[in-house]
Amino acid sequence: MRILKPLGWALVAIAGAVAFGFLALSRGEPVSAGWLLTAAVCTYLVAYRFYSRIIASKIFALDATRATPAERLSDGRDFVPTNKWIVFGHHFAAIAGPGPLVGPTLAAQFGFLPGLLWIIVGVAVGGAVQDFVILCSSIRRDGKSLGQMAKEEIGPVAGFTALVAVLGIMIVLISVLALVVVNALKSSPWGTVTIGLTIPIALLMGVYLRFLRPGRVLETTAIGLVLLVLSLYAGRWVAEQPSIAPLFTLSGTTLALSIMVYGFAASVLPVWLLLAPRDYLSAFVKIGVVIALAVGILVILPPLQMPPLTRFIDGTGPVFAGKIFPFVFITIACGAISGFHSLIASGTTPKLLLRETDARFIGYGAMLTESLVAVMALIAACILSPGVYFAINAPPGIIGTTVESASAVINNWGFIVTPAELTALAQQVQETSLLSRTGGAPSLAVGMAHIFANVLGGGGAMALWYHFAIMFEALFILTTLDAGTRVGRFMLQDLGKNVWEPFGRVSWYPAVLLASAMFVSMWGYFLYQGVLDPLGGINSLWPLFGIANQLLAAVALCVGTTVIIKMGKARYAFTTLVPLAWLVTVTMTAGWLKIFSPDPRLGFLAHARTVADKLAAGALPAGVKTAADAARVMFNDRLDAAVAGFFMVSVIVILTDSLWGWVAVLRGTRATNNTEVPYTATAITAD
Amino acid sequence: MTTPPTVINTLRPTLARALAVVRRIIGAPDYALYLEHMQLRHPECAPLSMRDFERERLHDRYSRPGSRCC
Repeated sequence: MRILKPLGWALVAIAGAVAFGFLALSRGEPVSAGWLLTAAVCTYLVAYRFYSRIIASKIFALDATRATPAERLSDGRDFVPTNKWIVFGHHFAAIAGPGPLVGPTLAAQFGFLPGLLWIIVGVAVGGAVQDFVILCSSIRRDGKSLGQMAKEEIGPVAGFTALVAVLGIMIVLISVLALVVVNALKSSPWGTVTIGLTIPIALLMGVYLRFLRPGRVLETTAIGLVLLVLSLYAGRWVAEQPSIAPLFTLSGTTLALSIMVYGFAASVLPVWLLLAPRDYLSAFVKIGVVIALAVGILVILPPLQMPPLTRFIDGTGPVFAGKIFPFVFITIACGAISGFHSLIASGTTPKLLLRETDARFIGYGAMLTESLVAVMALIAACILSPGVYFAINAPPGIIGTTVESASAVINNWGFIVTPAELTALAQQVQETSLLSRTGGAPSLAVGMAHIFANVLGGGGAMALWYHFAIMFEALFILTTLDAGTRVGRFMLQDLGKNVWEPFGRVSWYPAVLLASAMFVSMWGYFLYQGVLDPLGGINSLWPLFGIANQLLAAVALCVGTTVIIKMGKARYAFTTLVPLAWLVTVTMTAGWLKIFSPDPRLGFLAHARTVADKLAAGALPAGVKTAADAARVMFNDRLDAAVAGFFMVSVIVILTDSLWGWVAVLRGTRATNNTEVPYTATAITAD
Repeated sequence: MTTPPTVINTLRPTLARALAVVRRIIGAPDYALYLEHMQLRHPECAPLSMRDFERERLHDRYSRPGSRCC
């Protein structure tokens, strides 16, 4: 037995290494998705068993006999000692959003290998470490939030910067996610009707749960799920009626405005009416589809059509501009390392843990699971033929607006796709066109439809599965968007009350309406400019989101490092310092390039300059109709540059503040005060 | 004909437990747990009604960041 165990681990490690080797050496022919899954899962197992152990035993010395906040502060509300499987499910449902689906899909333009390696390595030494360390730090501090810990552990400057940065990140996050939905629903009556119907379904569930059957959450959710399936068929029916389909064939700008109205409504309406029922529904669909996707991929083990590396690693890619370094690390945030998780790992989760030792499974383990979701999204994008992938994900400014022009441009890149193929695929999923449906959602939906139709039904099922996948992604995104708008409203009110006290009253309607309108117009502005952008919007907004998300991760890792050093465990601070150094390098390089790169496709300022030069020469840039529009494009470029600059300055402020503290502690000029809540023995007996 | 009801009866608590697990995973407030806590720790206080409890939980859940991710 003593020999068998290491032998088993050696086998896992060898299997993973063989899979990596196979992937790295594969040239020419399609490789099976099985190799990607093997490489990922073996790395996860080894990382969990060996690397997370350093954090669990050497740094925090997690102790099952030490009472957790859930036990000590038990209040039956927030602090409830909970079985670790339940906490795992809850934590996973909270961290897994649209991010790990969209990022890997976009990064597939470099080929499958760069994204895959970053997802797997990034999660093992970065993302899972961040989640785990923040969770442990929070558990030892009565479940304090990241903002509170930044303020108390690093200092007030870092605390305030973190607060403002979170607000900035929410604005960029919501706008880019809304843009993904707009691009998925543009001129698609089926998708628009199906997604539109999810709103009355939520309202109905809300009323049912409030007045007819209070407390019957599962019963209500089951009804909601049935209605969701019906709305899928209702969408198809509408799309097939020539008389009403045009009513729901909406332009990008109309959809953008509708989403803003929706976000505003979600922020001001009572939560029981819209937000809560939607959340229940979405959590269910989320877990269900993730499991179904995993089973589907395992059953058919599809071959990847995308090569390991494409020519676009040189920075000329059509999906987004920029070279493989640093942009693959910016494009894929969630799935490798996501700063947003640190808010959840210091939010609800630390208040639920029954035992300290559960933190490893929940903090590190749930993030590995999310990473696996990202790998599956990458697989779903890469099983499409590269020609089809680029036709869906490249903006009209590059491939034109007809299947002929798209086919000609893409063939020129060396990926063969015929106009007939593109038309046939659009017909197969019952959309008028799939060209330039940027944002990742449609190409992921085609990939998922492919998998599901292969497992469960023939060609006719493609259209249903495609729209099911679109509905699933939009449901995901809209629940982030509506809850995010509401939280953003609260944060704005909290900041604004320092200027004008009544603005901070969260149940005073004038303040509620004003703060909601302000927050919606902030993200709405970026959304609108993204919709009008001839380069597709995703091109400029997604990198901004990536930089913002990685900035938050840098904040979390600074907090983590400070905690570790103050505990006197500086020797093990490499666990957080390595990913921190990497993220700072990546965000700084990417931010610098996005602002100052002389390439107008990449640098915001360079792009503004080209537009100005064109105007001065009396011409208009491609896709821009009037001089006023051109002025707006230039203003937006400079605004985007300013936002990127703001995120970079925030990183520098927090990093400097932290470094100062680390040096002081290590040189002994500042006491290594332990801010942990002292040990109390648990009264809960082992079961 | 006595077997089916017995099977259902033995399965019922398991099913109820399973449903409670699902409820908590999707983040629904658990009133029963709250009542149990109040009885155990604060027997002198009158607990909130189910409606007030759920109202309070929902308000709390959507007023701070960290309940949701990208």
